[in-house]
Amino acid sequence: MAIVELSFSALPVHVRTARLIVTAVARRCGVDEALLDEVRLAVGEACSRAVEAHRRQCPDEPVRLELAGSGGRFEVTVSDAVPGDDGTGPAGDLAAVGAPEELDFLSDDGVDLGLAVIAGLADDVDISATPKGVQIRMSWPASASLAEAD
Amino acid sequence: MDLKVNDYTTDDGLTVITVEGEIDVYTAPKLREKLIDLVNKGKFHLLVDMEKVEFLDSTGLGVLVGGLKRVRAHDGSLELVCTQERILKIFRITGLTKVFGIHDSIADAEEKRKGAK
Repeated sequence: MAIVELSFSALPVHVRTARLIVTAVARRCGVDEALLDEVRLAVGEACSRAVEAHRRQCPDEPVRLELAGSGGRFEVTVSDAVPGDDGTGPAGDLAAVGAPEELDFLSDDGVDLGLAVIAGLADDVDISATPKGVQIRMSWPASASLAEAD
Repeated sequence: MDLKVNDYTTDDGLTVITVEGEIDVYTAPKLREKLIDLVNKGKFHLLVDMEKVEFLDSTGLGVLVGGLKRVRAHDGSLELVCTQERILKIFRITGLTKVFGIHDSIADAEEKRKGAK
């Protein structure tokens, strides 16, 4: 069960707010200080990807985040409302995002790079395309559950 | 936080762009506009000083890649000054350390540029 839920309009300006909230909750959940930068960046990447997808397909729909902490893990799920848009081709094909030797296949909008960053930073990542949209679930080790934190 | 982007050109013809703040999906367009503007003005040798960048995401990386593509079309260069580990890590994860020249300081970049001439 998600302990903290957040939804925001699909606007770039709100991505920073989402990053700040997730970082604060992660800290409260006992994620090691050394990992907070990684949490902040990975979640920001997932939110940026969702915002861009919404702006193309459904700008009035909000982007949703669920933050959960239990069982020694802090888990973040970023959900968009754009069915089938996984941003990578095959859903979850993070291995296909390789280290670039040349610039030719890199897009200027950073979409390919964003997935590479998420894959490189999150301790555990799962991308799933559902009929309702795409979910990116990421988790990191945490020393407390959100229910216990006060 | 706003992104502050300033530039100056050295006697040697190197244009240094100093960036301060967070580069993300919201602020990156400001940096993109600056890079495009400089290229349009015929500045093809760029050095982006990232020492005061507090946050960088893939949108920012994409802007830098786009800038590099533009200057390379004019036989130019786009290199970086960065010593912050948390920023360098993003370049390493994405393999972009192989694409960008990354220097410890502006002076270091200028020295290597003179040595290459």
